[in-house]
Amino acid sequence: MIERITAIARNTFREAVRDRVLYNLILFALLIVGSSLLVGQISVAVDRIVLVNLGLTAISFFGIVIAIFIGIGLVSKEIEKRTLYTVLAARPVRRWEFITGKFLGLVMTLLVNALAMSAGFFAAVAFVSHGLGHGDLQLVTAIYFILLQYVLITALALLFSTFSSPLFSSIFAFATFAIGTFAEDLRGFAQMASGLPRWLMTGAAYLMPNFAALNVISEVAHNTAVQPRLILLNTLYVLVYTAALLTASVWIFERRNLK
Amino acid sequence: MLATLMPAIEIHGLEKSYKTGFFGNKLKQGLKPLTLSVEEGEVFGYLGPNGAGKTTTLKLLLGLVFPSGGTARILGRDLNDIEVKRFIGFLPEQPYFYDHLTPLELLDYYARLSGVDPRERKRSVDTALARVGMTASGKTQLRKLSKGMLQRVGIAQAIVHNPKLVLLDEPMSGLDPIGRREVRDLVQELNEEGKTIFFSTHILSDAETLCDRVAVLNKGELKGVGVVADLLRQVSGEVEVVWQGAKAISALSALGARCHATGDTVRAVLPERLLEAALDALRVNHARLTRVTPVQATLEDYFLARVGEEKSAEVTA
Amino acid sequence: MTRDSQIQTSCALLLTLLLAASITLVYQIDRVRADEPLQEVLYLPSPTVVKRLSLGYSGLLADIYWTRVVQYFGAKHKAKAKQYLILEPLLDMTTSLDPKLLPAYQFGSVFLAQKPPEGAGNPVAAAQLVEKGIRENPTAWRLYYDLGYIYWLELKNPRKAAEAFERGSHVPGAHPWMKVMAAALEAHAGETETAIYMWTNILNSTDDANLRANAINRLRCLRVDSEVKILQDRIDQFTKQRGRLPSGWEELISAGLLHRTPIDPKDNPYQLVSGRVQVAQPELFPFIRQGLPPGKEAGDILGQEGFKVVKTQ
Repeated sequence: MIERITAIARNTFREAVRDRVLYNLILFALLIVGSSLLVGQISVAVDRIVLVNLGLTAISFFGIVIAIFIGIGLVSKEIEKRTLYTVLAARPVRRWEFITGKFLGLVMTLLVNALAMSAGFFAAVAFVSHGLGHGDLQLVTAIYFILLQYVLITALALLFSTFSSPLFSSIFAFATFAIGTFAEDLRGFAQMASGLPRWLMTGAAYLMPNFAALNVISEVAHNTAVQPRLILLNTLYVLVYTAALLTASVWIFERRNLK
Repeated sequence: MLATLMPAIEIHGLEKSYKTGFFGNKLKQGLKPLTLSVEEGEVFGYLGPNGAGKTTTLKLLLGLVFPSGGTARILGRDLNDIEVKRFIGFLPEQPYFYDHLTPLELLDYYARLSGVDPRERKRSVDTALARVGMTASGKTQLRKLSKGMLQRVGIAQAIVHNPKLVLLDEPMSGLDPIGRREVRDLVQELNEEGKTIFFSTHILSDAETLCDRVAVLNKGELKGVGVVADLLRQVSGEVEVVWQGAKAISALSALGARCHATGDTVRAVLPERLLEAALDALRVNHARLTRVTPVQATLEDYFLARVGEEKSAEVTA
Repeated sequence: MTRDSQIQTSCALLLTLLLAASITLVYQIDRVRADEPLQEVLYLPSPTVVKRLSLGYSGLLADIYWTRVVQYFGAKHKAKAKQYLILEPLLDMTTSLDPKLLPAYQFGSVFLAQKPPEGAGNPVAAAQLVEKGIRENPTAWRLYYDLGYIYWLELKNPRKAAEAFERGSHVPGAHPWMKVMAAALEAHAGETETAIYMWTNILNSTDDANLRANAINRLRCLRVDSEVKILQDRIDQFTKQRGRLPSGWEELISAGLLHRTPIDPKDNPYQLVSGRVQVAQPELFPFIRQGLPPGKEAGDILGQEGFKVVKTQ
């Protein structure tokens, strides 16, 4: 079981890394960080703030774009290209192992990608503020939250990929991400309603992926500490919600006829 | 080519219907209830025109689609028993693989998935690649390989874990004559090692040279199954008659023979039962008989006869 | 198929369990996030920039800011906050993104103006916000009403208040009591009855839960003010008759000045302390001017001085 999942994950990782899109995006991200250095040079007082905002936003944005664009193809592309037949048809591979392996493979890809971007980012911060201090630990927290975002969005894209075409999957994934970013406000809206609509809206708002609490970029840019309790809760939340998304994916995929 | 009595594949009333139409309200039968068994150690041909339900049968057997009814057992085990897949190799029709991998990496991946012992993995991969004559291209990315080479890689992945049963879906399609010859030889070789081969094809000559037994499928329905020679005997034979003298043409045409004249030499093909009448007609017309040869019935004749029956039945209906 | 149904059941069970857990966690996360001090320093860009960045979706963005206003105020109010630092910028942002969002102006007219902890204590900003609303929505007569309210009650300027009501009463469709209010203010600006009339109208003309609760609170406090005035009159009467202060309500009852022990709107008996009437729990009546214990009046006065500083700006 473990060997099969790792084999699938490894293969997904290798396939993604050899796809040139990834290299281009890493390059592009590094370019953004580089240009943020330039911005820092121009605006003296807020150089670090601008750099942190721009750098972290770039890391978050590129990872999410990659997660969605590769994630939506994880299953549907294998069905479309019929590569899936050679994996599931005549190998002792269970469908849930396939889903899990695919998911882990993409998360691994994103992790490596984020590490590369973060390395560039920290180098830039060190350059601007002439070295790294204790306060920069907050940046690690922000990047950790971004990684959690990747995990959620990958699982989301994977879920859509099990029952929809890549085009619709990408629309669904982006829409859900956007809604999830405003999840807190949605819950606020729901509170303002009353009666049955209130319960329905509140329920729906709580079921949306909660991306809002995973974005602490502007707080971190202003050197505000993130509460340790939030780090713990966010970690638990992402684990649980991802497991739920994977379960739903497996559920759908187990029943699917692979024509 | 030793056929034992233990069936490698047993199919009982297996069927599949799909929902089609805009609202999924029409039911299309992809495979009508099928009962069939393939003995261990034989080469079994699964014939039928495109869309006859050959691929559907294979997908049902391999658990890619779920049957609407019926059961099947592979190597004596239930379809849902995933462990049986260690002993099955499968080549899909026009296989696609991960473009950015090399054949070596691909086969290593599949060997891992099939649970090949890590200590033997490298040897298994190398052997499989060598058997399809691809050792030289082992480190070229798959997207740079030709269609024929991909087909070979496809066969290699089907045998990398040394399976007992090999299922091939249209293994000859898209190959040039040399490639087809090589695949044929490989199938024979695998069979001599004791592997059971089940392959689907719409190219009848391949089946005729390779198969111990064949099944003919049309429109999701089994039309006939048996040893090739037995099936051919069911198709009435024809004879070819060659003579000199164009005068006799009209007399033989009247009998129903198809005649082709080249100068003074005439070739005619007619049913065996009309041979006596034809020879009488030649004598009357003073034609000089060159030769009389029986025309070998082919699987194609059988096939056309079976599919044709249905067509004429449709017309009269 | 048994295997199939087994997978289905276990997937459904697991999914339910995980989703329930995730909802609990979201609830916890929201609580942690609500406690965060960083809300006060949240970086607020200029409304023009945000409007441009909203790429034409400014209506939706305004609604989002509007919910944030309500939540921000709600959370701080619950915690009895002394300061509402970003209430004004949030309202400004909301109304810049959607200048037609009338509830936002009304909300601001009350909760920006009232003293902490019942509001941000910035009636000048409140008046500016409502003036902005009038500029954008000249036909919304309710906004004149809100403006009049700020001038009268918070800025203590009955003349300007009456002017606002007068202006509003000329708007087509304005409620007749706009004219009544204008006249009432000219004549009886200081009287509790005028205030009761006004808050009753606010209560009856809005569906906003926050505004209604506030109006009810106001009316309750006004009732305390008028009751304390009457009780104080009776005490003064007793003192004049007997030449000494009453020891308790029983003396007033036996003297025939009261029927029974007086009870405040929160069901606590009024207290009689050395000839003065006091409410038992002043924190229950944040807007009262009468019946406060001697020490507590200071806060009220300080609050009024706070106004004066603002007013001279």
